[in-house]
Amino acid sequence: MKPAPFRYHDPATLDDVVGLLGTLEDAKLLAGGQSLVPMLNFRFAQPDHLIDLNGVSELFGVDDDGTCLRVGAMTRQSTLLDSQEVKQSLPVMAEALEWVGHFQTRSRGTIGGSLCNLDPAAELPVVALLYDAELGVRGADGSRQVPMSEWPLTFMMPSLAPEEVLSSIAFEYWQGAHGYAFTEFARRHGDFAIVAVGCLLAVGEGNITRAAIAVGGARETPYRLTQCEEALVGQPASSERFKAAAAIARQQEAMSDAYVSSAYRQRLVGVLTERALATAASRAGN
Amino acid sequence: MGVRYFGAKVLRSEDPRLVTGHGRYVDDIDLPGLLHAAFVRSEHAHARLRGIDTEAAKAMPGVHAVMTADDLGAAYADKPMVPVYPSPLVKQQILPTALAKNEVNYVGQPVVLVVAASRSLAEDAATRVVVDYEPLPAIVDCRKALDAGAPRAHGDSPNNLVAELANAFGDIAAAFADAPHIFACEFRQHRGGCHAMECRGVIASDDPYNDGLTVYTSTQAPYLVRKGLSRWLEDDENRVRVVAPDVGGGFGPKAGIYVEELVIPLAARILGRPVKWIEDRREHFTATNQQGDQWWSLEVATESDGKIRGVRGRVMCDSGAFVPYGLLLPFTTRNLLPGPYAVPALDVKLDVVFTNTTCNSPVRGAGRPNSAYAMERMIETVARELKLDTVEVRRRNFIGADQFPYQPGHKLPNGAPVTYDSGDFHGCLDKVLDLADFAGFKERQAAARREGRYIGIGVSSCIEDTGLLPFEGATVRVQPSGRVMIQTGAASQGQGHGTACAQIVADELGVEIEDIVYQSADTGTFPHGVGTVGSRIAVTLGTAVHGAAVGVRKKALALASMLLQTPEEELELEGGVARVKSAPGTAVALKDMAHQLAPLTGTPLPKGFSPGLESTSYDGPTGLAYASGSNIAEVEVDIGTGEVKVLRYSVAHDCGRMINPLLVEGQIIGGVVHGIGNALFERMHYDDGGQPLSTNYGEYLLPLATEMPRIDVTHQETPSPANPLGVKGAGEGGTMPAANAIIAAIEDALEPWGIVINDYPAEPQRICELLDAAGAPSSG
Amino acid sequence: MEPLSVTVTVNGQDHTADVEPRMHLGDFLRTVARKTGTHLGCEHGVCGACTVIVDGDAVRSCLMLAVQANGKSVTTIEGLASGTELHPVQQAFRDQHALQCGFCTPGMIVSLTAYLKKNPDADEAEIRKAISGNICRCTGYQGIVAAGLQAAKAMRTEG
Repeated sequence: MKPAPFRYHDPATLDDVVGLLGTLEDAKLLAGGQSLVPMLNFRFAQPDHLIDLNGVSELFGVDDDGTCLRVGAMTRQSTLLDSQEVKQSLPVMAEALEWVGHFQTRSRGTIGGSLCNLDPAAELPVVALLYDAELGVRGADGSRQVPMSEWPLTFMMPSLAPEEVLSSIAFEYWQGAHGYAFTEFARRHGDFAIVAVGCLLAVGEGNITRAAIAVGGARETPYRLTQCEEALVGQPASSERFKAAAAIARQQEAMSDAYVSSAYRQRLVGVLTERALATAASRAGN
Repeated sequence: MGVRYFGAKVLRSEDPRLVTGHGRYVDDIDLPGLLHAAFVRSEHAHARLRGIDTEAAKAMPGVHAVMTADDLGAAYADKPMVPVYPSPLVKQQILPTALAKNEVNYVGQPVVLVVAASRSLAEDAATRVVVDYEPLPAIVDCRKALDAGAPRAHGDSPNNLVAELANAFGDIAAAFADAPHIFACEFRQHRGGCHAMECRGVIASDDPYNDGLTVYTSTQAPYLVRKGLSRWLEDDENRVRVVAPDVGGGFGPKAGIYVEELVIPLAARILGRPVKWIEDRREHFTATNQQGDQWWSLEVATESDGKIRGVRGRVMCDSGAFVPYGLLLPFTTRNLLPGPYAVPALDVKLDVVFTNTTCNSPVRGAGRPNSAYAMERMIETVARELKLDTVEVRRRNFIGADQFPYQPGHKLPNGAPVTYDSGDFHGCLDKVLDLADFAGFKERQAAARREGRYIGIGVSSCIEDTGLLPFEGATVRVQPSGRVMIQTGAASQGQGHGTACAQIVADELGVEIEDIVYQSADTGTFPHGVGTVGSRIAVTLGTAVHGAAVGVRKKALALASMLLQTPEEELELEGGVARVKSAPGTAVALKDMAHQLAPLTGTPLPKGFSPGLESTSYDGPTGLAYASGSNIAEVEVDIGTGEVKVLRYSVAHDCGRMINPLLVEGQIIGGVVHGIGNALFERMHYDDGGQPLSTNYGEYLLPLATEMPRIDVTHQETPSPANPLGVKGAGEGGTMPAANAIIAAIEDALEPWGIVINDYPAEPQRICELLDAAGAPSSG
Repeated sequence: MEPLSVTVTVNGQDHTADVEPRMHLGDFLRTVARKTGTHLGCEHGVCGACTVIVDGDAVRSCLMLAVQANGKSVTTIEGLASGTELHPVQQAFRDQHALQCGFCTPGMIVSLTAYLKKNPDADEAEIRKAISGNICRCTGYQGIVAAGLQAAKAMRTEG
């Protein structure tokens, strides 16, 4: 399984990357390679040009300014998993990263690569959606910000023009005590999720003051359970409420494919939503 | 000579080179002038080949040849593969030509060969080959293969029937007529592919003026490949050398011959350059034989106490598009019924049919897991319907330890009555019940239920016929250096044969394991061999190695007796010498005797002795050796997601006397995991048109370390009277009972809703569907 | 497409060659550096047989291009032993019967070596997770887990 031939480019700066994207026809960006290189090996992808982002140092790095974590798109998943800032301020990301592949893939895989590949069952897009993350994009005309809610266009296709590159992702912290949970159902450790659910829950005096629930794997793109979130705010953080939210969640339509039916995905969304809410609530006091 | 190594947990001599990365697998071999091959494979399950355009491909950089069937030459273009597993019961012996001609019959069938300077360049050129296919109707569901009007897998054959087998003995009509109870059970058994971590691969080099044809291939059966290849080429067998280097797993599908093993050598001959083809994992999903589905429909007649009166029914066996393995798999399934049970009457028919899918071959267990599962399903069904304990139903039906040798009533294909040589099924069952703390389970289950968790326990028993005919052979030779060489044709794919054989020889000759070297699986260095399949090697090779070692021992003692002027009875072999028992200082070294038996010019041999301190033996067992065992699985089912976690797994296994318990346990544990994989994870998806869908490791799920339980093993040894070592095979006994242990455990966990699973693999979605249909809650 | 000049330090030795950009690191190691201990089991990043250590991290060499390893330091299975003395992980594999056919073994050993260096106190569950990115079809993993535990202990003791 050897790739079709391609030309290789090794830019050093973001400007160089944008320049190459502007001049080359049929080019693909190479981030961690954990999703793209298998596609090349299978010849499912046969670009004429490969632009390697691994030498663009300005795309790497984690910056914490107290209210927000700004992450360079090429930051390795292993870096994020080991990061004290992430553990402290974005614990749901740390929990989610435990589900992302294996330690060998995390040493190369990047957050930007995952967000651009946008596999329906990927965990990091779910986390980004939970935080309404702001995605920084660079093109020939300069930079623009894209909220995560507008990022997924359709199946495995983000709102990224052919000459653009994702450069950074900003996660605004939830201030104050809140609980979190990331859970998924996968057949084996490290597999892509069949369904993944991430949850952030702020509870004050027994009642839910803020809720965010995001689902991956159930549809072609990840989505927020906004109906559940609205139904939960102002309500007690009780198992009856969580059950009710799960019932709403289970009704959301889901995709089916040769392996998994929509009914089963819907069931999983319900089951995992209920479990995630319970876990997040139990952590909300801390 | 004492027993020092037989039965001991000797560390493997194979390991030092393998743990340091110095193994030599087919792809590690490089030859001067080597070219690289890739295939264009059929994209259709069934199609007519209207034309192939290779012009654009031939013009690609680095290409040395692009060959269709016709380019192989008139002698070979239409010549089908030679059958290496022939059987008179095969009604349509349809075998593939080296490259497809006129018609393709499964997705993945080789159509065009590209040879280039590198694999990358060969693949580039392969994409430029244009094949004009005319799709034809395909038969994919084997249950429909014998329906009137069913598409025929082969356009010019009258129907899809490969063979009709039967296992019938006793008075089945009487067993069912007046039976207090009759129960029916239907199920599908699906196994998938072998997925050895090393895919297949072939290197061929032809030198017609000197060594002839040399073929390195990742095979379990170099002699079978030599036979099939030399017959197909019409070459002298001794001009065709086939070598199995280190092989990264076999599990059955590497025990046949493939068209690639014909085409690559022929291409090397035509081009006058060595050619290498390494199967990649995508190819493996369709190009390497798999175990086809079996659909069972059985009825069991019983007394009120669950004692079985008879079993009857039908099995539909999917043979895939051709029959390179003949009827090996349906026969191994058939021969092993009715398992460890004293069943007075049996009447099971097996229909073997063609479909337009990858060819059928054994996969770990070789049809015996199917047989075991069928009988275990009978036990489960009887227990469930009569509300009896499944352990008790097994006990009531097991053949008793005092009934051996036992003849169930049917015959082997060669006419000999099936005879179980030895065993103690009750003993094994008791051992595993103890090991699994079966008695404490009800309490564990109740405690779990109080926490809203559902756990279950499943028991499964089996027998395994090991030591298939005809033989393996071994030469044991003490070299003048003093090191003892074992040479054999038997091939290893990780079983540790070299270590096991060294243990036998070391004991017999009184030498150290470290002084023994092992050479195997090269038709150029050892004249006769068969193949490593069906757990046959411990019995066949063990017996032959023992025979050869005894031969060396006798020769050494005879020569020493002459040299030391002492009767043989007063001598012993110890520490590399032959010495007088009562005066150990009086001795002659084995290496010195070897030296004397390999004299230089002008020196005579010792009088009455032939050259070499060596002996060759093809001694084999007098009959099959029946291994047996009982397994217990404890699982937890998440009724919200349908996920099944295997909490623990216990095995009581009887493979007679164990040469090396470390090796036996490795085989059992590896076999159990393979079986768990089949029960829960592995499904080869095809669409209705015969297109394979799960052709990568994201979609075809192999068992990983995180989902596997702790597996505890205990042993029982009922030696086999059929071979001098008393050994029985152990390669597949872990896999055979695993499916029922898991499925029955899931059913036990979900017993509150009366869930019956039967088919496997049992995936979470299906478990949830069954729970929904039974009205179970989904939260939790 | 035009070959690019690449130098990779493999087990302490530099290997320079002109390679096509599409050549993956696994093939570079096997055919240019001629270290065939690293095996290719799937070429799509799941089986782990091709695992090597690049600048201290375990990676799947079938998912990294050789050109990306230019100037980097790679350790393969052949580079773990010190002369004739086996690395504790290699020794443990032998002691615990953690291999049968040996094909997945280099990837397993390299993965565990990298993992245990950073996680010397790993318990059984963590070791199973650590090897969940490596497929073995022969052993059923139990011997490998035992080897991981033995090696962890040995590596803690020798510091």
